[in-house]
Amino acid sequence: MLSIDHISKVYSTRYGPRKVLDDVSFQLAPGRNLGILGRNGAGKSTLIRLISGAEHPTSGRIQRGMSVSWPLAFGGAFQTHLTGLDNLKFVCRVYGVEYKPLVPFVEEFTELGVYFREPVLHYSHGMLTRLAFALSMAIEFDCFLIDEAMVVGDVRFHERCHIELFQKRKDRAFILVTHEANVIKLYCENASVLHEGRLLPFPTVDAAYDFYLASLAERPDNPDL
Amino acid sequence: MNAEPSLLQCLAIQRRVLYALLMREVISRFGRENLGVLWLVGEPMIFTVGVAAMWSAGGMRHVTAIPIVAFAVTGYSAVLLWRNCASHVTFGIEENKGLLYHRNVQVIDVLLMRILLEIGGATGSFLVLSFFFIFVGWMAPPVDLLQVIFGWIMLGWFGTSLALLVGAATAFSEIVERLWHPTAYLLFPLSGAAFMVDWLPSNLQNFALLLPMVHGTEMLRQGYFGNVVRTHYDVGYMAACCLVLSLAALYAIREAGRRFEF
Repeated sequence: MLSIDHISKVYSTRYGPRKVLDDVSFQLAPGRNLGILGRNGAGKSTLIRLISGAEHPTSGRIQRGMSVSWPLAFGGAFQTHLTGLDNLKFVCRVYGVEYKPLVPFVEEFTELGVYFREPVLHYSHGMLTRLAFALSMAIEFDCFLIDEAMVVGDVRFHERCHIELFQKRKDRAFILVTHEANVIKLYCENASVLHEGRLLPFPTVDAAYDFYLASLAERPDNPDL
Repeated sequence: MNAEPSLLQCLAIQRRVLYALLMREVISRFGRENLGVLWLVGEPMIFTVGVAAMWSAGGMRHVTAIPIVAFAVTGYSAVLLWRNCASHVTFGIEENKGLLYHRNVQVIDVLLMRILLEIGGATGSFLVLSFFFIFVGWMAPPVDLLQVIFGWIMLGWFGTSLALLVGAATAFSEIVERLWHPTAYLLFPLSGAAFMVDWLPSNLQNFALLLPMVHGTEMLRQGYFGNVVRTHYDVGYMAACCLVLSLAALYAIREAGRRFEF
């Protein structure tokens, strides 16, 4: 069980403290999933970082009764002088996993060819994205944190991510945050909306979807619409 | 992965993470050619040899009873040991920011990783140079090896605690990074590398001995030269300084981790 218990997050800005998350609580059982809808800047990525443990909440408590991934397909940790293989080795060492059995999967999924053993420096954006996703899949977690990862890349990449995550790992839990209401409708059994720092639960995905669309319409200048 | 892992599990994770970080840093800093990693030792060696050469050329061949090469090697190696640690952590957090996305990689790990590398490099350089100069006869073997090792460990502790504090402090303000380099530069002539405390007028000796690394350098030289030299040091004082620095550093690191934002 993953328990998020009354967490708040305050960032200090030049105009004083700003509460990004305000008393957010929810629980996620193994194998279940939750979609979180929110507009740009609603605090979705902050919430994902807190759940992953990369950052700490200002108050409240997070209990991870199952293994929780890092934010999925996060590529910011690539060192440009290291090769794709080096990066795989690094991640495997950090999580205490043998890297050799994973090489075929990562090579096959990323379709990097010879570039798998070339410095990341020479990778295109698409290649980086594929590597980041493959590394996320290389380590097995009980719960995956997905931060709009499914919205990037081409159609083919989408399909392959879909197969890896939602078919091969459909027994796992996941939390998916996005501003794309349709993605949530497609993949999630439950949905909440992150609205003005609060996480609002809804009985059905459709109810969350309707609320979210209505909240977007409140501000017609919103680019997400 | 339970919510509350035991201390042993935590140590195992830390060891794993440090190893992963070390491997990563070595490849990205020194390249993947096998000889690249030699630079870890080569860089401080070049510095030490340069300083030894300058001092030999500039001054007499002997300072009082001590041969200048041995004086330079012991003094400059000691400086490199504590100074390089702190100088290499100043961008440690910033440059490894992305890695902190992995929950088990903590601020203290990225700092410790760099410190371990620098200590390794400085120690390697000190060993290689000592062996070489002893072999060609420019330096005598140390009189009391254990004392040398003890002095070296104390200097390493000082370097580690200082570096952890400086590294954590950079998370609070970038000014620390700008201030550290001039500070290190100014500390060098005061650190006991280029003088023995005994040479100073007695009213200055007490001021010199306020700096913890002076004690370490004296300890090192006591071990190296034995009773040919008169040294002044206080193990208790140095240990107390290191302890205070260590505690302050650990506190600062915890706070830095809590405040950390991407």
